[in-house]
Formats: sequence, structure tokens, C-alpha cells
Amino acid sequence: MQFKSMIIDNVEVSPGYWRMRMTAPPELMEAHPGQFVMVRVSQSIDPLIRRPFGIFDIGLYQPAYTGAALQSYFEILYKVLGKGTGMLSELHETDLIDILGPLGKGFDKGSAGEEKLIVGGGVGLAPLYLLAKELVKDSPVRLFAGGKTKDDVLCITEFERLGVECYTATEDGSLGECGLVTDVLECRLDSTANKGRIFACGPHGMLKAVAAIGKKRNLPTQVSLEGYMACGMGACLGCVRQGSEHTPETPDYRCVCTEGPVFEANDLKWEGN
Amino acid sequence: MKPDMSVEIAGLKLRNPVMTASGTFGYGEEFSQYVDLEKIGAFVTKGLSLKPRAGNPTPRLVETPGGMLNAIGLQNVGIDAFIAKKIPFFRTVNTPAIANFFGSTPEEYAEMAARLNSISEVSALEVNISCPNVKQGGIVFGTDPASAVSVVAACRNATKKPLIVKLSPNVTDIVQMALACEGAGADALSVINTLTGMAIDLEKRRPVLANITGGLSGPAIKPIALRMVWQVAKAVKIPVIGIGGIMNATDALEFMLAGATAIQIGTASFVNPGSAQEIALGMENWLAERNIADIKTIIGALEN
Repeated sequence: MQFKSMIIDNVEVSPGYWRMRMTAPPELMEAHPGQFVMVRVSQSIDPLIRRPFGIFDIGLYQPAYTGAALQSYFEILYKVLGKGTGMLSELHETDLIDILGPLGKGFDKGSAGEEKLIVGGGVGLAPLYLLAKELVKDSPVRLFAGGKTKDDVLCITEFERLGVECYTATEDGSLGECGLVTDVLECRLDSTANKGRIFACGPHGMLKAVAAIGKKRNLPTQVSLEGYMACGMGACLGCVRQGSEHTPETPDYRCVCTEGPVFEANDLKWEGN
Repeated sequence: MKPDMSVEIAGLKLRNPVMTASGTFGYGEEFSQYVDLEKIGAFVTKGLSLKPRAGNPTPRLVETPGGMLNAIGLQNVGIDAFIAKKIPFFRTVNTPAIANFFGSTPEEYAEMAARLNSISEVSALEVNISCPNVKQGGIVFGTDPASAVSVVAACRNATKKPLIVKLSPNVTDIVQMALACEGAGADALSVINTLTGMAIDLEKRRPVLANITGGLSGPAIKPIALRMVWQVAKAVKIPVIGIGGIMNATDALEFMLAGATAIQIGTASFVNPGSAQEIALGMENWLAERNIADIKTIIGALEN
């Protein structure tokens, strides 16, 4: 669906990282964790193409004016990387933006009671908060959040408030363990005799490591990918990724926007990528 | 007063001049949530080939100021899957579907034209001799008049349906190509396909696209497209379909003034999936506000 959202709040949560809350039509409350929206940052022709963002949170809020009914909202978490996200960070309360969504296929939440292990790198936490919110309803949830420095580890307090046990790691040691978040994940798996279902989103190197851990330990592992896309609905074919059976002779490309962005890690090709 | 928006391309009647461009609208169904297909003139499929094609490695896409570069490489399901999986949707909409296709030899083009000719749900054929992103099956035939003639003539012999040829702007003289295709039996010309371009990542010192070069589309190319439509429309007797950076009704009407009988919406459908329908309505409103009774009076009505 396509709709106009009014910005409720747009704040820098850590240097270079922003969290934006916008009004949403009631139908968006049905979005699944892992789904995304395509945001048209401005009505001008530069930037021209929409930007994809994972849905960070959805909920209801009480508008400030008297007698207002509860209104649905959603949030995105984004990193300022270029012109489009730069302009997004300059938008203010009451500004309107054009949204398409929810799009794509979200996470398979698995079964109740099993241990859920969420792994996020930097802004990769974006689609994982809504997931955690769903998972804590019936399962113990642990978050493994990593980044280069403490500034790249986002929104930990929000996860803790959900009752999620949080583990952090930074490459410079400025927060949590010094090293990679995937090492912390392995420690946890060693101490629990390989229990759990893994959900991951983050940079390619981290996802590749998580996919290898899931495969080695035979744990169900889902990854949420980013893709450079123009449409978000399977038409432009710009965002494809190689499936596990891909070879140059028998190509196997999957659309990140419609077949993903969440994939079973084993369904994708990781070697050489 | 409601203006008459209908136009005709080689016997194919369109309720209005707005079509969707190949490669930007999937096989129609992908956009049905956002566009009432019965409010536009026609829709054109993703380019089809005899066998499925995987397309190019990634990255395939990058945005540039006012446009985007793509090097998808004609990824498509192939004609068998097209018939089995995509055609059933065509029966549910009362709007002409135009099949865009390509091959790697004139014989393959002819075989595709013959197979598409036998599908009653396909109203017209658009021959792609202009994809800049594959070595075979595109630009090779679109930049040399003699090669273009061999492909168009082969297709002409294989189909009785309206045959539209989509021209490349990446040539020295597009009028020469247009005349060659007209002479070989084309019923209409789509002008233009994307312009070959390139983007570079300075820090990595590498091209952004895996294919190195890609096709530039979007509002950045509109002035070039307008100029080429104007040149071609003056030179040929068959209808011209204007394509290139059309974002709104104003752009579309400019193409018609330049001589286009119909227009195609491409990149705009990515930015705003409802573009085609909105543009058709916007064109009608423009005419109504000026008491212009018939869109056909706008075609080529550019004053000097």
C-alpha cells in the first residue's frame, strides 16, 4: 500500500544514526517483523529513487491535542550515508513523506519456548526490535549487538526493557566484549550445547559468519539482507542475490525485495561472496 | 466536456496514449495493486527470450542525479514460463498487453515473433534491438542499420500482429535507424531505450556496476529523448511512441507535441508505482481545462 506519513519525531540516537517515528494507516499494524518500507525522501528528482528501510517498531500513541483518538505509528532506524538519508535526517515533526509498504517477506518466528538468538550489527538492528517484541511473548530472547565502536551499538536499553538479555561487542572495546559479536554468539552456543534459533541482520561479513555458525552447529538461521533496489516490488530486478545453487552456468538469483529480505541462510550462496 | 483520449498504433486501439515501458512494470500483475490497468492504454512486459535468462551479476543498479543506471542484463522467465505463468493474468484485464522480446540471432528473433504471434492474449509485439547491457540480443542489432533490417524483416515475416521496434539512442544518427526499421516492415517505433552511462566509486577506484556500464533512465534523459522523438517523427510515416524520463502529464504532453502518438512510463513507475494511471488522468485534465476535444490534435502540433 502507498500512503503519506506525518513525521512525529526524528531524533539522532547515536552519532550518525537516527530514529524516525511517523503516523501510519491502521493496516500497517499487521506488518510482520522483517518487512520493510520504501521511503520517498523528497518530491524532487534528486534523489529520485526511494530508499528501503526495515520497520523498527509499530504501535499506538496518543496525539498531543485534546480528545484525540489513539493513532497508529511506525518507526525506522537509519544511518546517514548519502544524500537521501542526509535529507531524511533534516525532516521535522509534521513534515509529510510518501511511503510504500509493508513490503517483502518477514521472519519465521519459530515455535514457542525455544531459545531465540538475535544478532545485529550496527544499523542492522533496524528490523530486529519489532522481531524481539514479538518473540518475547512466548520465548526467551537473547540479543547479540555489535559495532565498530560504542556509537554503533544502538537502542540496547529498548531491547532490555522488553526483557531481552543483551550481549554487546565492539571492535575497539569501547562497549562490551572487545571483538566480533559473532564470537560472543559462539561462546553462548558453546555454553548451551547449541540450542536456539538464530535471526541476524547486519553487514555482509557478519551475516556470512552467522550463516557459517548456523550451518556448523545445525541451527535454524535466518538472515535479513539489504539490497540496492529501485521499486521494492519485484519489477526492477536490481536487488537480486545469489541463491545456494547459483553457478555461472545455472544461475539462481533471488529478489531481496519480494523473496526476501529475510532468507534461510542455507538458501543463499555465501562462498566467494 | 470529456476529451477523446483514444489513439491508434498500427490498428491497435488504445483508450489513452499511456503505456508502461518494458522492464519497469514486471509482467503487469506486480503493479496491479497500485495501477488500475483499465485506466491506461497498454502495458509492455519485461523483455522475453526463448530460454530463461539470469541476467548480470550485481551490483546492477545505481542512482545518479535525476536518474538511474541499470545493467540488469535482460533477466526474464523465458517464453515457456511466460505462457504458463504470466498469460493467465492478461485474461483478467481489458487492456492490451504488448510483449517485448529479443534474441541473439535474426532466426531467434523470428522464432520469438512466431511464438508470440500465436498467443491471442498478446495484442502487439515490441522488438528490443537496443538493450545496452548484453552483448548478444540487443545493441548489436540496434546500432547497425543493416543488422536492424535483418531482424525487423525476419520478425515481420513471422507475425501479423502490430510490430513495434524499440530504438537505441546510442547511435550516430537515430533517423537513419528509424528509416531502416520502417523500410523493413515496422508498424511503429519506440523512441528511446536507455543511454549508455557509467558511475565510478572514487574511494574504491572501481566502477559501481558489475557490468561496468549501464543504461541511464529517468528525468535526466528527457531532453535527449524529446529531441530524438521530434527528429524521428518528422522523418517517418509510422507512429512513434515517446519514451525517456516522463515523470508527469506535462512531460507526456510535450512528447506528443514533439510527434509521439503514444508514450511509455518507465523509471517513474519505480518512484511512484501509480504513475501511469496518474499521468493518463493528468493528460485528460489538461485537455479538458483547455477545451481540447481530442488528444490526437496534440500529436506533432509543435509550432515553430
